[in-house]
Amino acid sequence: MDNEKLLAALKTLEPQISVRENADRLAVTVPCERLGAFMSKLKLENALRFDILYAHTAIDWVAENRFELIYILSSLEHGHSLMVCVSIPRDAPVAPSVSSIWRIAEWQEREVYDMFGVLYRDHPDLRRLLLEDDWQGFPLRKDYKDDFMLEKPQ
Amino acid sequence: MVSTLEDRVRPPAAAGGPLSTQEFFINMGPQHPSTHGVLRLVLKLDGETVREVIPVLGYIHRGIEKIGEHQTYRQFVHLSDRLDYLSALMNNWAVSLTVEKAAKIELNDRIQVIRTIMAELQRIQSHQLWWGVLGMDLGAFTPFLYGFRDREVLTDVFEETMGARLTMNYIQPGGLMQDIHPNFVERVKSFLKYFKPKLAEYEELLGGNVILQERLRKVGRLEAKTAVSMGATGPVLRASGVAHDLRKKEPYGVYSKVAFDVPVGTMGDCWDRYWVRIEEMRQSMRIVEQLIDNIPAGKHLLVKPAIVIKVPQGLYYGQVETARGILGIFVVADGTGYPYRIHLRTPNFNNLWSITAIAPGLRVADLVAILSSLDIVVPDIDR
Repeated sequence: MDNEKLLAALKTLEPQISVRENADRLAVTVPCERLGAFMSKLKLENALRFDILYAHTAIDWVAENRFELIYILSSLEHGHSLMVCVSIPRDAPVAPSVSSIWRIAEWQEREVYDMFGVLYRDHPDLRRLLLEDDWQGFPLRKDYKDDFMLEKPQ
Repeated sequence: MVSTLEDRVRPPAAAGGPLSTQEFFINMGPQHPSTHGVLRLVLKLDGETVREVIPVLGYIHRGIEKIGEHQTYRQFVHLSDRLDYLSALMNNWAVSLTVEKAAKIELNDRIQVIRTIMAELQRIQSHQLWWGVLGMDLGAFTPFLYGFRDREVLTDVFEETMGARLTMNYIQPGGLMQDIHPNFVERVKSFLKYFKPKLAEYEELLGGNVILQERLRKVGRLEAKTAVSMGATGPVLRASGVAHDLRKKEPYGVYSKVAFDVPVGTMGDCWDRYWVRIEEMRQSMRIVEQLIDNIPAGKHLLVKPAIVIKVPQGLYYGQVETARGILGIFVVADGTGYPYRIHLRTPNFNNLWSITAIAPGLRVADLVAILSSLDIVVPDIDR
């Protein structure tokens, strides 16, 4: 499916989506409360069949006080790909887990929790992945500081 | 909502009765030779049978994504070497390809052809090491020496052109660090002549061995559907019967102009993963053979090294097929010479996760075979 057809198909699935500008592929922004239902439709709908979740990560837009969660999806069957974006407030970072839809999300979400402190509802085993259990803070946040950090060259 | 590892591995309460058994936890690693680096697997065992595998990561986490926010795009190429160091050139390529796409840098044919040759040579080199280590993990020491002996030939070829043997840092946004050495074409040809009979020998020595076949056949089956859901890519996914290879599906470099086949397994067991990689070496040699005599003339670098490459604002995702699967680079650019955020979708991180689906029900010794057939490189998992 080309991008226009794909977008039309997505709009019928979920009218509340909007196009996320400035991405190198089709990207849509979904309201956080619609995410779970939208994602499972993406996987199950025969014409879409987004069966592989390549990557899931977050961006810390500290100036706007929000995290943007990014899901990079692709369909091995149809060959189309999509970026799904979700904005969540930085001071209450909670999002639904998609690990029951794509199993790899269980690890990817643990990594995002580890690095950004985003909490996932209904995640089966939410704990730190790469850092120690007692690590303080979330290193990929823009305001993270510790004693050993290098400063960005000006 | 947030648990700790201790919550997971607390032993179950002992059952009553004199003949009852108890499940117990044991650590495999972080210093176990078959984990190929510092990876720890917490095993929940019932006697010799594995009930659950809990991978514990992060022993060599270096925060490459955080460091990347402080590096220019060209500097970041150096860090990409340190992910999956056996696919260093392909990692360089992934970064370069993403940046070039974002900054709209056009390349000439010479650069594309040399990149493709280098990537395929490195795929061979990486699989040679995997083959040797697989033998050693399963108790055969000779393949290890054979694998390293033949790998050395290619390492010398790389060293002559790039000046480095492992972290080559050769492909960069806008071209290549240096042009190829005058001896390069000749030496690659003599390598191909040397390695073809050796590959047949590999198959006789290890693949034809009944012990190896017993250890690999029907062990560690991964269903196609599970593999996709688990995010597995590369030879692991293809062994499960899914013919997904970026070189065919979303061709980059000059892959669309060369003829090659994508080997696909049927069972998804350790043997299929073994066979797929052996066959991939053959296909890589086929690609190199088609290109090595026709390297076009031209410049090897189109962007002056002193220029800081600026990437226009936006989200970019580029990916290549490395020896272990799909490496994706996700860049959030803010219009300056530094990325606002850079995320690495590494193949081993995603491939390792499938061990939690493969291993339950098998024996501890099978776990070693499975780890070897997944061909993990730990720095790529931890980043």
